[in-house]
Amino acid sequence: MEITRDLKNHKVQLSENAIALVKKICRRFNYQEGELINILHAVQSQFGYLPAEIQELIAKELDISVAKVYGVVTFYSFFTMKPKGKYPISLCMGTACYVRGAENILNEIKRQLNIDEGETTPDGLFSLSSLRCVGACGLAPVLLVGEKVYGRVAQADVRKIISEYKAGCLTHPTKE
Amino acid sequence: MTDYRMNILVCGGTGCRSSEGATLYDELVSLLADKGLEKEIQVVSTGCFGFCEKGPVVKILPDNTFYVQVQAADAREIIEEHIIKGRKVEHLLYTAPETGKKVSDSKHMDFYKKQVRIALRNCGFINPENIDEYVAREGYAAMAKCLGEMTPEQVIKEIKKAGLRGRGGAGFPTGTKWELTRKSEADQKYVVCNADEGDPGAFMDRSILEGDPHSVIEAMSICGYCIGADKGLVYIRAEYPLAIKRLKIALEQARNYGLLGENVLDTGFNFDIELRYGAGAFVCGEETALIHSMEGKRGEPTFKPPFPAEKGYLGKPTNVNNVETYANIPPIINKGSKWFSGIGTEKSKGTKVFALAGKINNVGLIEVPMGTTLREVIYDIGGGIKGGKEFKAVQTGGPSGGCLTKNFLDTPIDYESLTEAGSMMGSGGMIVMDEDDCMVSIAKFYLEFTLDESCGKCNPCRIGNKRLWEILDKISKGNGTKEDLNRLKLLSNVVKDASLCGLGQTSPNPILSTMDNFWDEYLAHVEDKRCPAGQCKAMMQYVIDPNKCTGCTLCSRICPVAAIEGERKKPHEIDPEKCIKCGACMEKCKFEAISVA
Repeated sequence: MEITRDLKNHKVQLSENAIALVKKICRRFNYQEGELINILHAVQSQFGYLPAEIQELIAKELDISVAKVYGVVTFYSFFTMKPKGKYPISLCMGTACYVRGAENILNEIKRQLNIDEGETTPDGLFSLSSLRCVGACGLAPVLLVGEKVYGRVAQADVRKIISEYKAGCLTHPTKE
Repeated sequence: MTDYRMNILVCGGTGCRSSEGATLYDELVSLLADKGLEKEIQVVSTGCFGFCEKGPVVKILPDNTFYVQVQAADAREIIEEHIIKGRKVEHLLYTAPETGKKVSDSKHMDFYKKQVRIALRNCGFINPENIDEYVAREGYAAMAKCLGEMTPEQVIKEIKKAGLRGRGGAGFPTGTKWELTRKSEADQKYVVCNADEGDPGAFMDRSILEGDPHSVIEAMSICGYCIGADKGLVYIRAEYPLAIKRLKIALEQARNYGLLGENVLDTGFNFDIELRYGAGAFVCGEETALIHSMEGKRGEPTFKPPFPAEKGYLGKPTNVNNVETYANIPPIINKGSKWFSGIGTEKSKGTKVFALAGKINNVGLIEVPMGTTLREVIYDIGGGIKGGKEFKAVQTGGPSGGCLTKNFLDTPIDYESLTEAGSMMGSGGMIVMDEDDCMVSIAKFYLEFTLDESCGKCNPCRIGNKRLWEILDKISKGNGTKEDLNRLKLLSNVVKDASLCGLGQTSPNPILSTMDNFWDEYLAHVEDKRCPAGQCKAMMQYVIDPNKCTGCTLCSRICPVAAIEGERKKPHEIDPEKCIKCGACMEKCKFEAISVA
């Protein structure tokens, strides 16, 4: 939202609003070091990701080292330092989905979008990640676009799903 | 519920909601309102029924009719036929595969016949967002009994007598754990619920929290009373939004009813519960790592002792149990330790919940008495292998467990038997595999997971697992040697012996158990450079049988890299140079002309 990205220098410029928001969140948790994970959750839900500049700000507010904040951010897979795409695609790589062919689906998405896991397409539309079990094992293999769940996905469905989002018909669910 | 003439229960678990269960619910509610029946008939969104394979599932009470694979478009027919005219909607009933006959209620379905539901007693029966429905099913009666009639020592004694053991996987006796924490002296103690379910393919704890959150709250309060703690914490995965939402609602309702907070039920007992969110780290299922994560730090485990019972959260004595363990507590208090210890085997009492998934007909959430055999679970409850294929292995215990072959099908499910067989109970993931699954690839899959999730603190786990994965990768690409197999075994044992916490100590299990049970398959990979299951891509080639190919051109159109050529109505050919071995052509071919060589 209030972040301007300078792609050339990989720098991020935080607006005054953004700074105020981060400070407000830190205050809400009483600047407690023990609340660091909750603070990161709250901040990421506002900005979508946690760039280095935001981590520096949080460290300053809580009066702890940046290394400590960075250490926690990189430890947990839920936190990300890269912005996600407009339509984040996550593929379940839990065992149930794996034995029902999730790996082929993953490769197909990579091929279609020409990105790897953890990356975002240059147009900012799609990002790709794999996650561990969404618990809909009856629908394996499962693919998520944002919070929309696609079950029993076949390799041939991938192109269709992606093109739907590209075309903008986002509410149309695919079904067998 | 009793105020209504009929209740329509719609499964509100994640599985069913994902396949449009939520729209179905809305549709039923609005149709009932249209007909003016909303005062007579109630639609309830419940927790998971367990029969995820055929979701979304709908159950009608009081006649117990069980409808499967119900779409939003079927809502009108259910209301007009069943609710108004009293005629069952035949085509939505479950068809028993062996007889081909329709089964109208769940009691007569093989999937449910052998199940005994203790931890899941309320899942699929009550509206988890309404405390009154929980109370109506003996809810908070156990807490009232403990606070009013029993001393903490008596409660602990009862739990010990029941023989309940930790359902998170390790199987430590729950009563003993409570006793240890009770005996630790401190000004402040904590009760922690481990809801950081990280096994890929396991969703037991989430289903309990989504379907029956009050049972966990009640049990944590009882634990607080026993160990002398006034504060509880639930450590839950941030990836479980629905469970978090329902838990929050439940906590609020319990507070409003005076069942949480200060002076609970006028007994002078104070207890309240807060939520702490996990952020996606499998190792946080280990209790010391979990405690560090709750303190806002990296979730790295530390050496035990000291155990959390002595020094846990913020250095204070802490009792950590998992969701399913807690869910067993209220029935034990209500029905007595004798009833509970009468179920199960000599050393493993009660029941166990499993998330049954993989190549099985009835994917779902099940609860069976300890001592039930793997065969009963897979064939009677699970309905056998999908597509009539051959059973190959069943994996229990997730990344810490092992793969068991058909020789172990008659092994009773309990902590000791599974460990002896080379796997483990684990938290309850049970993945069934068929002849098409390559055991080297499965071992590699689990190692990839461990590699991702190793916290990096101790060398054997951080470096050892990486090297193990590399050897497996080499084997699966057709470059392995027999020497590699020896190295794989040796290093596996080193990682097991030398790692700091449970993650590293068990991570080589998938390798060791597959090597023990499928040695020939490993040999085929290194000696013949052949993958018997036809899954390792480097060793296979797709070919078209010219006698079967009709030249329909479908495969050449579906091929993403244009590797298939051929004239219309003439046999096609695959260019092995271009082929990326995605298998799309084989999946689509209607004449079974494409095979893997």
